[in-house]
Amino acid sequence: MQEALLSVGIDIGTTTTQLVISRLTLENRANPFSVPQISIAQREVLYRSGIHFTPLRSDTAIHAEGVREIVEEEYRRSGFQKGQIDTGAVIITGETARKENAKEVLNALSAYAGDFVVATAGPDLESILAARGAGADRCAREKHAAVLHFDIGGGTSNLAYFTPEGELAATGCLDVGGRLIKIADRQITYVSKALHRLADAGGPPPPGLGQTASPDLLSPVIDALVQALEQAAGLRPGRDRLDALITAGTKWTPPPGPLICSFSGGVADCMGAAPADPFLYGDLGVLLGQAIRAGFQGVDTRLGDETIRATVVGAGSHATDLSGATVFYRGISFPLKNLPVLKLTQAEEAGDAAQLAGAISSKLCWFAGGDGLTQLALALRGIHNPTYHRVQEVAQGVRQGLQPLLEAGFFPVLVLESDMAKVLGQALAPQIPGPLLCLDGIHLDSGDYLDVGAPVANGAVVPVVMKTLVFHS
Amino acid sequence: MNEKELRALVERMVAELAGQAPTPQVKGSDYHPMEPEGPTDSSACLEDIAAIDLREQYLVENPTNAPAFLALKKKTPARLGVGRAGARYKTITMLRMRADHAAAQDSVFSQVPETFISQHGYVFAQTLCQEKDEYLTRPDRGRRFDEQNQALIQRTFGTSPQVALVVGDGLSSAAIEANAADCMEAIQAGLKGYGIEPGPVLFVKYCRVGASDHIGELTGAQVVCMLVGERPGLVTAESMSAYLTYQPYLGIPESKRTVISNIHRQGTTAVEAGAHIADLIKTMLEKKASGIDLR
Repeated sequence: MQEALLSVGIDIGTTTTQLVISRLTLENRANPFSVPQISIAQREVLYRSGIHFTPLRSDTAIHAEGVREIVEEEYRRSGFQKGQIDTGAVIITGETARKENAKEVLNALSAYAGDFVVATAGPDLESILAARGAGADRCAREKHAAVLHFDIGGGTSNLAYFTPEGELAATGCLDVGGRLIKIADRQITYVSKALHRLADAGGPPPPGLGQTASPDLLSPVIDALVQALEQAAGLRPGRDRLDALITAGTKWTPPPGPLICSFSGGVADCMGAAPADPFLYGDLGVLLGQAIRAGFQGVDTRLGDETIRATVVGAGSHATDLSGATVFYRGISFPLKNLPVLKLTQAEEAGDAAQLAGAISSKLCWFAGGDGLTQLALALRGIHNPTYHRVQEVAQGVRQGLQPLLEAGFFPVLVLESDMAKVLGQALAPQIPGPLLCLDGIHLDSGDYLDVGAPVANGAVVPVVMKTLVFHS
Repeated sequence: MNEKELRALVERMVAELAGQAPTPQVKGSDYHPMEPEGPTDSSACLEDIAAIDLREQYLVENPTNAPAFLALKKKTPARLGVGRAGARYKTITMLRMRADHAAAQDSVFSQVPETFISQHGYVFAQTLCQEKDEYLTRPDRGRRFDEQNQALIQRTFGTSPQVALVVGDGLSSAAIEANAADCMEAIQAGLKGYGIEPGPVLFVKYCRVGASDHIGELTGAQVVCMLVGERPGLVTAESMSAYLTYQPYLGIPESKRTVISNIHRQGTTAVEAGAHIADLIKTMLEKKASGIDLR
C-alpha cells in the first residue's frame, strides 16, 4: 500500500510570507501478517514559493486580503489545484501572531486551504516546525547527540531542544533577530524596543535613529545579541543577556551537557561568506550572521537543511502526523479543529471506573466557559497490554465521566498514548449513541490543541495536527 | 615460501612448543570445590535472569557510546551488544539463552490446563491426536476430528453460523494462557457492537490451523476465526496468531487465510488485536472473502 497526501504550508511572518506544497507518502511498515503500522515514510517538498513581504495594515495587523492574493498567485504558479490539497498548516509567526489575525487570515484563505488546513499562531509551534523543517530532530537521532536549534528570523529567535533520541524537550523564544535595527541608505531608520530593554538591563546602548550605520557602531549591540544566544546554549556563563532579551511571557533554561547547535532562518543564510555590503538587506542580518559564526566556539554547529524556509517547510511537511493504525470512529464529520485537550494525571487514570468518572467530570468544569461546555478531547496515557476487564472498566469510567459533555450535545473524542484505541472504542460503542472517536499513538498534554482530518489509507489511520503549547503553560 | 616449506615450519614450531610445555597430568585428587566467598544466606534467592528485558541489557565493557547502542537495541529483540568472555558468550547470556530455549520447549510440551477452558466457558473438543507426541509427529491428525467430536462441533455452532470462534492450543500453550482470553473477549464485544452474534467459543486440544477447514465443512460457518499458539522462538514463547478463513472447506488453499501474527505482550497486544480481528471479521462478511482475495 502506498498513498500520498498533498500538504500545504503557509508561513505568515512579521516580515515575509511564504508557501510550500509537500507530498507526504504513507506506507504500511508492518509485515503483511500483522496489524498494520502506517507511517509517513517520506516528506518531500514539491513547490517552494517566492519570498514575499507580508502585507500589513499596521505594525501588528495583517492585511488578510493581501495574503489571499499572494496565496492565490502561488497556487496558480505551482500548478496544483486548491481542491487537491489534503492537509497542512497556516502558521502566523512573530509579532503578528495574534488570535484576531489568525481568524481573519483563515477566513480569507478558507477557499484556498483545503478541508483540513489549520491556522495557528504562537512561538512554541513555530519553534518546533522550524526545527523540524531544518532537520534538527533527524540530526539528533542520526548523531545520537542533543541538538539545540535556533531559527533566527527578523524579530525573534525560536529555540527548540531535542534529546539524543530526537524527542523534543523544550522550546523557547528570544528577541534576537536580523531586523531589530533597520537601515536605509546607511541611516538607521528603526530600532526595536527589545534593544532598549537590553540597554536598561546593563547592555550596550542602542544607536540612535538617523545615525550613520557602520560595523563598528553596531558591534557592541551585535556582540550582546550573540552572547544572549550563547548563554541560551549554556556556552557562556551567566544569563544576564539571555534574561534581557527573552521574549516576554516565555521561559528558557539552558540545556545541560554537550550539544550540537543548529541554525536556520534568514540570519542563518548570512553565516556563510560575507557579501561586500554588510547592509545588503537593510538590517543587521549579515553582521549578526557573521558574528554568530565567529562566536559559538568549542561547540559543533550545523546549518539547517532549510534556512530561511525552515518554518514554512516545517508547516508544510511536518505539521501533520498520523494516528496509530488501529483507531475507532463512528459518525464523525471530519475534520475536527482546535479541540482543547483534557488530560488526567497518572494517578487519576489508575483508579477504578467510579474514580475515573469522578476525575473526568470534575476536570470538565475547567473547560466550561461562559457558554457552557465545548467540544474537547480527553487524553489518556492508557495501559500497555491491558486485560479486557480493565478496558471495560476504563470505558465505563469514561462513559460516566463524560456524561455532562454528552448531555451538552457533544461527543466523546478519546486520545490515547498506548495502543488500545480500537478496543476501547468498541467497548464504548454500545454504551453511547451517536458519534464516537478513539485514537491512539498520540501524546498530548493539557493545554494542547488537536485537529483531526478525515481517515486515509483505506480508513485505517487519521491525520492529526498536534498543537502543543505545553512548554510555557 | 612454498606450501611444503610452510608446512615444515609449522610442524617444527608445533614440535618445539609441545616439547617446551608438556601437557600437565591432572589427577582427580587435584580438584577442589570452590570455597564460597563470604557467608551464604540459605534463604537467599538467585536473581531471575529471565525477568531481564533484553532490550535494556548491554554488556559490552568500556563501550564507546552505550546510550546510542541501547537506543538501537530498543528496536530489536536480537541478542546484540552482549559482550564476550574470550571467544564465548558471557555466563549470563549463555544461561538466558538456555532459559529461553527451555521456556520454548516447555510451552510446546505442556498442556493448556482444563481450568482455563472451563473458567472461560469454552466448549472442549479434541482432534484425532491422542497425545503430544502424536500431535507433533502427525500434523494431518491435528486437522481432523472423530465422529464424536464432529457431532459436538455441530451441536456447538449449529448450522451456518456467521462466525465460529475457536481457540486452539497449537504449538504454544503458554501463548494461549497469556493472550487468548482477553483477545477473545475483545473479539466478542467488537462483534456484538457490529451486530454480529459471536456465539460460543470452541477450544480444540492438539489443534493445527487446518482444523478450521473441518470445522467450516461441518458447520457451514461464514467465517472461522481461530486463535492458535505460535511455534515458540527464543524471543517469546507467548506469541499467538489468529487465522481467519471465509467459508473454509477441506482442501481450501492456504492463500485463502488471513493471518494476524505476533499477538503478545511486546507485539500487538491481545485486546487491540481482538478489536482489529472483530473489524476483519466484519469486513470479510461484507466482502465475502479472506486471504489474498480480501482487498
